[in-house]
Amino acid sequence: MDLLRFATAGSVDDGKSTLIGRLLLDSKSIFEDQLEAVEATSHSRGYDYTDLALLTDGLRSEREQGITIDVAYRYFATPSRKFIIADTPGHIQYTRNMVTGASTADLGLVLVDARQGLTEQSRRHAVLLSLLRVPHLVLAINKMDLVDWDQDIYEKIHDEFTNFATKLSIPDLAVIPISALKGDNVVTRSENTPWYHGPTLMHHLEHVHVASDRDLVDTRFPVQYVVRPKSDEYHDYRGYAGQVAGGVLKKGDEVVVLPSGMTSTIEGIDLFDREVDEAFPPMSVTVRLSDDVDVSRGDMIARVKNAPKPSQDIDAMICWMTNEPLRPRQKLAIKHTTRMGRAMVKEIQYRLDVNTLHRDQETKELGLNEIGRVQLRTTVPLLCDPYSKNRTTGSFILIDEATGVTVGAGMINSGS
Amino acid sequence: MSAPPTHVDYQLSQLDQLEAESIHIFREVAAEFEKPVLMFSGGKDSIVMLRLAEKAFFPAKIPFPLLQIDTGLDFPEVLETRDNWVNRLGVRIVVASIDEAIKKGVVVDDGKTSRNRMQTATLLDAIEENGFNALFGGGRRDEEKARAKERVYSHRDDFGQWDPKMQRPELWSLYNGRIHGGEHMRIFPLSNWTELDVWHYLGQEEVELPSIYFAHERRVFQRDGMWMSENPLNPCKPGEEVVEKVVRYRTVGDLTLTGAVESDADTIPKIIDEIAIARVTERGATRGDDRFSEAAMEDRKKEGYF
Repeated sequence: MDLLRFATAGSVDDGKSTLIGRLLLDSKSIFEDQLEAVEATSHSRGYDYTDLALLTDGLRSEREQGITIDVAYRYFATPSRKFIIADTPGHIQYTRNMVTGASTADLGLVLVDARQGLTEQSRRHAVLLSLLRVPHLVLAINKMDLVDWDQDIYEKIHDEFTNFATKLSIPDLAVIPISALKGDNVVTRSENTPWYHGPTLMHHLEHVHVASDRDLVDTRFPVQYVVRPKSDEYHDYRGYAGQVAGGVLKKGDEVVVLPSGMTSTIEGIDLFDREVDEAFPPMSVTVRLSDDVDVSRGDMIARVKNAPKPSQDIDAMICWMTNEPLRPRQKLAIKHTTRMGRAMVKEIQYRLDVNTLHRDQETKELGLNEIGRVQLRTTVPLLCDPYSKNRTTGSFILIDEATGVTVGAGMINSGS
Repeated sequence: MSAPPTHVDYQLSQLDQLEAESIHIFREVAAEFEKPVLMFSGGKDSIVMLRLAEKAFFPAKIPFPLLQIDTGLDFPEVLETRDNWVNRLGVRIVVASIDEAIKKGVVVDDGKTSRNRMQTATLLDAIEENGFNALFGGGRRDEEKARAKERVYSHRDDFGQWDPKMQRPELWSLYNGRIHGGEHMRIFPLSNWTELDVWHYLGQEEVELPSIYFAHERRVFQRDGMWMSENPLNPCKPGEEVVEKVVRYRTVGDLTLTGAVESDADTIPKIIDEIAIARVTERGATRGDDRFSEAAMEDRKKEGYF
């Protein structure tokens, strides 16, 4: 069985919580005590239906206000696949939460209300998912029951969105007409849409091919931890532990350790107490080298003829996540793979309007939830790739050194 | 040039993916924090955690100690398993006892507060006394809706409080472990696991578990719709009648609050079959302390509970 991570997006009243409730309910992932609690609360509030949104709004303040304020993660499984949903609120602070949820997603699910058609919000979500390189996108056109299952409405939204998506980087798009409330085309095929020949939403989620979304060519192994047992039995053992970020590591491979540039050969790859011949993403393994080269946390093991260039000048898209704006000359802590350093903002080149894709070059700063192209100078060289090639070696976070809070998410265009 | 590798050959099962992700988290914390500690109760989630920690640093020993809060009301079978694990791995264990905390005046036993609730102050005292700044816990997001919001790295202020509105965004697998003096981080490597994943993993790993997880005969009585174990620490109230039943535990905790379920699942495959069709959550079924209010878990977590 494999795993699919997907992030949901959508505006406040487009039925997102209802859809998630429906997916959980129909895949039998809701337990009786949870459903009873939701029924009791719905009843005590005087609703005349069971509000499935109560299943997903977990915090007291969310229930009080009836809104979702933060990303929540939910789980369900079908006989063929396990799913992790990053349920991101469509409300204020959308960008920060969307970026958080989408950073680990294989698929993005954008919901629109068939009566409203595409909104600014739907376009914005598509832009963000494309920027975060989420490889698969589903546009679920919801509340089809409220437009009498009108094929023309479906076609119109479908075409408008497909047209818009050509400007973005969306390798795989599916458009599905549904009714989350009634369950049409969610898990079971609807009799109300004889003109629709695609899969149901659940069928699509179960079958979309995600294994090929990794880079298996460019070997990248950020060293996380040096294992030195200092025991009699393993007296000379020295292993470099980490999670493979790209490519396939093989016993006998010639490798280079960055940033030192020392070369060696992979003597063995350990997976706990057994040795394996190969390691690939996202395996966590321990690598032994034949030579006694100096390797420590933050270094990277790559292939001799295919290694990232260490770089202190970074060109990246940054999503800013805090109230105090990002300004030129600002200094921040940066974490990239297992490497920590400091970074200074050299230039803010433009602010991207995620609604229109317009690049505002007059801007002097980036405010909360804004995205822009920024040049950074770092104290330590980053061993990076473009984010479009590798989501692990192409991403970083920025940390406010005074408060310790994560204030920015970065996607590298290039290093030089 | 050789043919590019095909993706079909390089697939990890979802359980292997979860394992790889959790091991990554263990190594990050060990590399970046001065004084991590692993909360160990002897229950199934704790045992999965200990197994993952063992794998993360093998062939070296686990580079941090364990911490157990001794409620004085633990099942003897669980304590026995705890000791076996500690001896086999050769790790240090710090035991913080609620009885000691009562004697020290850190917590007050008013006769009404459950021992489970008194754990919070005892835990915070142990954190301060030992200077721990990263605490691994076996919490999973599928357990409860407040937990669905929990980060893998969960920041706690110097009172041990959790503020869900002030959580740090958590992007990719880039965890931010920055803290100030007196603060600490709760680390949840099993965030993305479900109860069923835990059992599949325990079945795969074939490791020692407390015997009470498996169906056995036990003298029990009914209280609040749950089967409670007959025990001098948990005396029957009038009207409660002890009977012999074949039961097992879905969670282990304070024996005065944790109920058993009727079951004849005496092997892990049978337990998996049973859970796969269960219609009630593990906490809903057997944990009295989660039933206090709609937000019981959230409120306790804000106070510093795990």
